Amino acid sequence: MPDDTNMGGASPRFPQTRWSLLVAARSDRPGERHRALDALIAAYWKPVYKYIRLRWNKSNDDAKDLTQEFFTRVLEKDFLASYDPARARLRTFLRTCVDGLVINQEKASHRLKRGGDIQMLALDYETAEGELAQIEIPAPETMDDFFAREWARSLFSLAVERLRQECEARGKQTHFLLLELYDIEEGGKQLTYEQVARQFHIKATDVTNYLAWARREFRRIVLDQLRQMTASEDEFRREARALLGVDVP
Amino acid sequence: MRWLSDNALDRLRAAADVPDLAGTRYRLVDKLGQGGMGGVYRVEDTALQRQVALKVINLADPDGELAARLLREARVIAQLEHPGIVPVHDVGTLPDRRVFYTMKLVQGKRLDQHIAQFVSLPDRLRAFQRVCEAVAFAHAHSVLHRDLKPENIMVGPFGEVLVMDWGLSKVLNGACETNEKPAKRPIPVSAGPPPTPLPVTAHGVVLGTPGYMAPEQARGEVAALDERADVFALGALLKFLLTAEESAGSGQTTAADSGVGAALPAPGAWPQRLPRALVAIAQKAMAENPANRYSGVNQLALDIAHYLDGLPVAAYPEGPLTRAWRWVCRNRVWIVLILAYVVVRALIFFWRGR
Repeated sequence: MPDDTNMGGASPRFPQTRWSLLVAARSDRPGERHRALDALIAAYWKPVYKYIRLRWNKSNDDAKDLTQEFFTRVLEKDFLASYDPARARLRTFLRTCVDGLVINQEKASHRLKRGGDIQMLALDYETAEGELAQIEIPAPETMDDFFAREWARSLFSLAVERLRQECEARGKQTHFLLLELYDIEEGGKQLTYEQVARQFHIKATDVTNYLAWARREFRRIVLDQLRQMTASEDEFRREARALLGVDVP
Repeated sequence: MRWLSDNALDRLRAAADVPDLAGTRYRLVDKLGQGGMGGVYRVEDTALQRQVALKVINLADPDGELAARLLREARVIAQLEHPGIVPVHDVGTLPDRRVFYTMKLVQGKRLDQHIAQFVSLPDRLRAFQRVCEAVAFAHAHSVLHRDLKPENIMVGPFGEVLVMDWGLSKVLNGACETNEKPAKRPIPVSAGPPPTPLPVTAHGVVLGTPGYMAPEQARGEVAALDERADVFALGALLKFLLTAEESAGSGQTTAADSGVGAALPAPGAWPQRLPRALVAIAQKAMAENPANRYSGVNQLALDIAHYLDGLPVAAYPEGPLTRAWRWVCRNRVWIVLILAYVVVRALIFFWRGR
């Protein structure tokens, strides 16, 4: 399975402490900062790239440059210091910053110098372009929803990958394969538990239990990641509700 | 890293939301619906071998506000044993740390979906009376519902009417609220500690549904709310029952927006075919000033009963002619019999006089 990025794409390491990601991203210790920003970039770079492509109708090359420019700024120590969790969700803050960057770039009316003073991140833009080709182009007025959905897609993809790794490490590959079959691949839902049990040489009751376990672990990982991607308990709850498809009461 | 299609995203979202019933007496059957707090599932109670509905919050946070609200809802309903209120069987915390309760599985339709199956106006009014009875019972136990609307009323296959979703209910005087946490594993409600008061709903927090919320509720005057807030919602519900087919015919309406909200419609806005007495009842129930509404649900229900019995209603003062006509209508059988008797006697008199 190819890595999308060498900045933590396929193997994000999340700090263990609650809310530590944003705290760590502002830390003075370079190692800690780097790990936190790895995770942040891994979750956000694709949504940001796709958003710039579609919302601002930028060419592939311009979108790449702007994405690089944006995350270079994120890597600067002061960038996240300006984020106030009381005022907006982190997701909203980042999207607004992207908008600001693009507007400023357009005002400056000159093309960014590719590879100039920008720190280059190894991001797999070809994959992102391929993914863009598979989705329906959203209407201009639904770009906020598009960004949120791409962010959810990115977070869920990371969670699936982390679940796969954890399952492998614990010798529970069948559990992961069942989740993959039923909840990720097309058509898996049409198979009965008995058919699947025969296919995997396990009992039908094991299918139920393994699947329940994998789903529970997936949920735990998603919420764990989300907790670390948000800056407050309130934001976490709102994002969790949004991510799980439940309206904020 | 694997790319997830929109379908896969939706399936994973649904999978992540499925409650973990491992080690409990319940077995998942299917999902019945989704609300603001969480989901409702059809599950099989393997101990009693029957199907029940399981309502569970969507966050694994037994100490959070959502869990407290769900637990409070369960305990409020448990206090209200009435045929019009769905009974709670069990409450607890699932292995995934989500708080749940189980209740009777109601096999029926929501009122807004059932509306077309009422064949006559009296049928609708009788269903409305049953809603009033359940709400009046709750008021007698110091519980306000605060979210009465067609989506929260279920009509069963035998015409039984149940008031659902007490999640926004308010207990006056804290009679049956509690801040106790549920057990880590499913426990009987009776095994819980005695309830203690907890004013969970803060002053100024607006809870309810636009279109069915009383103006004072919409303004967030939580401390000022009393039974008359539910009277307002019942008035909006009555309006829905009276006008549903116009709404359905126009193709513009959902149940939620067929209520009138804080703005009372001008009398002319009501369909002409509606009996004026019923319009007056709904208008009185939805008066902007609570002092101008019915003082309680029983008074509202009494007016509906009077209407069904052909008696004058308190909300609609009648002139002498109207009152006389009503008397004639109500006693038309006797009047016809007496007139027939008089005519026959007159014919006999004239026939003998020849």
